Amino acid sequence: MKDLSLHILDIVENSIAAGAKNIKITIDEDTKKDLLILKIQDDGKGMNKKTLSKALDPFFTTKKVRRIGLGLSMLAQATRETGGSIDIKSKKGEGACITAIFVYSHIDRKPLGDITETLISLIATRGFDIDFIYKHYKNKHGFIFDTKVIKKKLKDVPVYNTLVINYLKNNLTKEFEKLKKRSNA
Amino acid sequence: MKKLKIGDLEKIRDKVRRTANLRQGKAKARITIHMGTCGIAAGARTILTALMQEIDKKNIKDIIITTSGCAGLCSREPMATVEVTGKPPVKYVDLTKEKIIKILNNHALKGNIVSEYALAIGSERTH
Ligand SMILES: Nc1ncnc2c1ncn2[C@@H]1O[C@H](COP(=O)(O)OP(=O)(O)O)[C@@H](O)[C@H]1O
Ligand SMILES: [Mg+2]
Repeated sequence: MKDLSLHILDIVENSIAAGAKNIKITIDEDTKKDLLILKIQDDGKGMNKKTLSKALDPFFTTKKVRRIGLGLSMLAQATRETGGSIDIKSKKGEGACITAIFVYSHIDRKPLGDITETLISLIATRGFDIDFIYKHYKNKHGFIFDTKVIKKKLKDVPVYNTLVINYLKNNLTKEFEKLKKRSNA
Repeated sequence: MKKLKIGDLEKIRDKVRRTANLRQGKAKARITIHMGTCGIAAGARTILTALMQEIDKKNIKDIIITTSGCAGLCSREPMATVEVTGKPPVKYVDLTKEKIIKILNNHALKGNIVSEYALAIGSERTH
């Protein structure tokens, strides 16, 4: 994966496969601590102890179409390349929480990439039956985005409607531009 | 924490209500983009975005776009499946933006399979 926004899309795919109805994504850019923390929480079916203990093993998957699973081990590898780490918390029936910690300024830390494109892809294709919360901090500044709030305002108009999607895309792009402009200090 | 500004969302909602027919019209076809790890790494998101933009540009209303997980054919990603209502699904492999738009126009909208991009029947082995 060339950037973190693609990893996010992939990790969220695990949550969707686990039947999650609520998925919360948080990015915390803390340049003072020199960390970038990515957290993905879901309310899917979770993992039993055996699955949890093997989840980071690239030769493990519970999928039936092929014998290896790569998503989590690739994310783990991306954190380790910066001197960071990954943590997975999950219990059967209680969802899962993946926390990936990167050293912010490390030369091998992958860029964030186009998070708007990832969020819009998810909302346009899965937003009708799954709710997403996205939180982004950059040194305590930031914004939150909740599809539940949006759907409430939209009432009978579906969230995947093109006009709605374009509107959300523009607003997200603006928020990310504002955050980018914030100095790292 | 600041919330994403959605002050104009009601205006958008009313505009959709004015311009679009909200009745559940019958979809002509469904296009599923495979969003497994290999698909994403090979560019599936770009394919999806290109497809959404074309559908927006041409104001197409009767095509459903959705995503699915891994299809088990990692070396042929990005992949998509097109299902025209009442016909068997067709898998397309090694996609590019240009290919998916051709598939949308010829197969999903007009019903003509784009056989040069389609996965040959019988070659659907998963490993
Ligand atoms: N959010 C999740 N909820 C439940 N199980 C999960 C979740 N994420 C990962 N898993 C389990 O961990 C395995 C490995 O995940 P991953 O590395 O992404 O590979 P893959 O998705 O290709 O199987 C999955 O097959 C699944 O059993
Ligand atoms: Mg996965």
